[in-house]
Amino acid sequence: MTHPLSPLLVVRNLVTTFDTPRGRVKAVDGVDLTLGHGEVVCLVGESGSGKSATGFSIMRLIDPPGSVRADVLQFDGKNLLAASEAELDRLRGREMAMIFQEPMTALNPGRTAGNQIAEILRLHEGLGKRAAWARAVELMDRVGIREPQRRAHAYPHELSGGMRQRVMIAIACALSPRLIIADEPTTALDVTVQAQVLQLLFDIQAETGSAVLFITHDFGVVAEIADRVVVMRAGKIVEEGDVRRVFAEPREPYTRALLDAVPDVDAPAGRSPAWAARAAPQPLSGSGASSHE
Amino acid sequence: MNEPVREPILAVQGVCKDYVVRRNLWGRPSQVLHAVRNVSLAMRAGTTLALVGESGSGKTTLGRCIAGLARPTAGSIRLAGADVPRLSGAALMRFRRTVQTIFQDPYSSLNPRRTVGDAIMDGMVIHRLYDAAERRDRMIALLQRVGLQPDHARRYPHQFSGGQRQRIAIARALALSPHFIVADEAVSALDVSIKGQVLELLAQLQAEEGLSYLFISHDLGVVRHFADRVAIMAGGELLEEGPCEQIFQAPQHDYTRALIAAVPRPDPARRRLRRG
Repeated sequence: MTHPLSPLLVVRNLVTTFDTPRGRVKAVDGVDLTLGHGEVVCLVGESGSGKSATGFSIMRLIDPPGSVRADVLQFDGKNLLAASEAELDRLRGREMAMIFQEPMTALNPGRTAGNQIAEILRLHEGLGKRAAWARAVELMDRVGIREPQRRAHAYPHELSGGMRQRVMIAIACALSPRLIIADEPTTALDVTVQAQVLQLLFDIQAETGSAVLFITHDFGVVAEIADRVVVMRAGKIVEEGDVRRVFAEPREPYTRALLDAVPDVDAPAGRSPAWAARAAPQPLSGSGASSHE
Repeated sequence: MNEPVREPILAVQGVCKDYVVRRNLWGRPSQVLHAVRNVSLAMRAGTTLALVGESGSGKTTLGRCIAGLARPTAGSIRLAGADVPRLSGAALMRFRRTVQTIFQDPYSSLNPRRTVGDAIMDGMVIHRLYDAAERRDRMIALLQRVGLQPDHARRYPHQFSGGQRQRIAIARALALSPHFIVADEAVSALDVSIKGQVLELLAQLQAEEGLSYLFISHDLGVVRHFADRVAIMAGGELLEEGPCEQIFQAPQHDYTRALIAAVPRPDPARRRLRRG
């Protein structure tokens, strides 16, 4: 383990490309990123900005025809680019975990929720079948699933979207990882459920002290959760800083345009909305790609 | 309100929609889902009514009943002079021309094997409107109306971004000069920059051509800035309905208050989440 004051994650000049029939697409184009222990950083941008590809690249989850290069990709002092597949398997789950947007596709549809939580405990903690199941039920209780004894036997399709995302959080947090990468984890949820799931994620984050890299397109969510915000566009970082500073005085016109385009639910409206009439940023075409949105 | 009294373009009276989930041995329904329960609504021509609710609230099912895509189990729906549940034959064809639907995901509602130009002209062909040259001219004009280029007509849906595809779906819906559009989460999947452009286009069309919108959405920020009136649904029931500002400033129902309160505000100073 590194010194607690040294950063948990250091990324320098990350470049992620995908080879397509129509040539090479640069999804991430020279991203620098640093995360401290227990820090919550939001990676925000529109579709195709490369924010998801950045998260997947850090987890080393980009497979051919995609490829990842970087000058530095260091997690807790370990060089992730040089790590073997076996080392990565050990790291993923135990040290760094990911929560995806659509738990229905991330969870195994043929296995019960309890089983999928228990599996990670058996694999990484070496718990026996019975102990792992008991711990899985405890974790389901912790993430706010009522009647966890019964629900542990439920298959993903028998759970609501909010419940499934709670199961994903239980899996991700089961081993108190030091880094959680959450890719639009609440985008598919209803607003009232979103508020509960965000609260849960940060209650657990407070307990485990994990750092969170939270990927989202929603500035409302950013304002709600971030310590620091990183704005991406077309594979590059356009602006980053303390969340209050970026919202109060964005330095880049692109950031300002994005913020202005967010409809404010508290502002009384006229007929033709001012935020829509305002010149919205034109998306760049032909660059950036994100297959996870 | 001292609005002049006018025949509403839409009048929904006591509409229910049940789905049979399970039948017993004798084929009788043993489990029924009440997707929409006794909903009554009215709306004036040239305005926007937002139908707001969370998943399972019945908003989409009600929208489908109003668009004539599902038949209500009970109640009456009058839209643009038509008795919607009883439409058939030539009257149904006429109705399909005046009432158009835009869905959330234009990727699944556009045929991937037909060019965008053909997709936009389909309706005109089916309804035998205009001759071939006029259809082409109209199609080109519509593409430009939604901010696309004439040469985009030869391309296929997959060659466009999500925002462009949604604008194609709008061009397609406008091709038959409808009076009424049911927009079911039509802008929900769009990036915020494109969302503004598409909403602006819809507002402009309403101002110019007097279109009426049933705007089904879960996005309260957009609703507040786009709708004239708002109807809140939960569990198949209509909880409250009223002028947009009244719903946002003085919601009558606890659920409406909870819904508005749950929207994340784009302002770190108003943060409500407790951080440990």
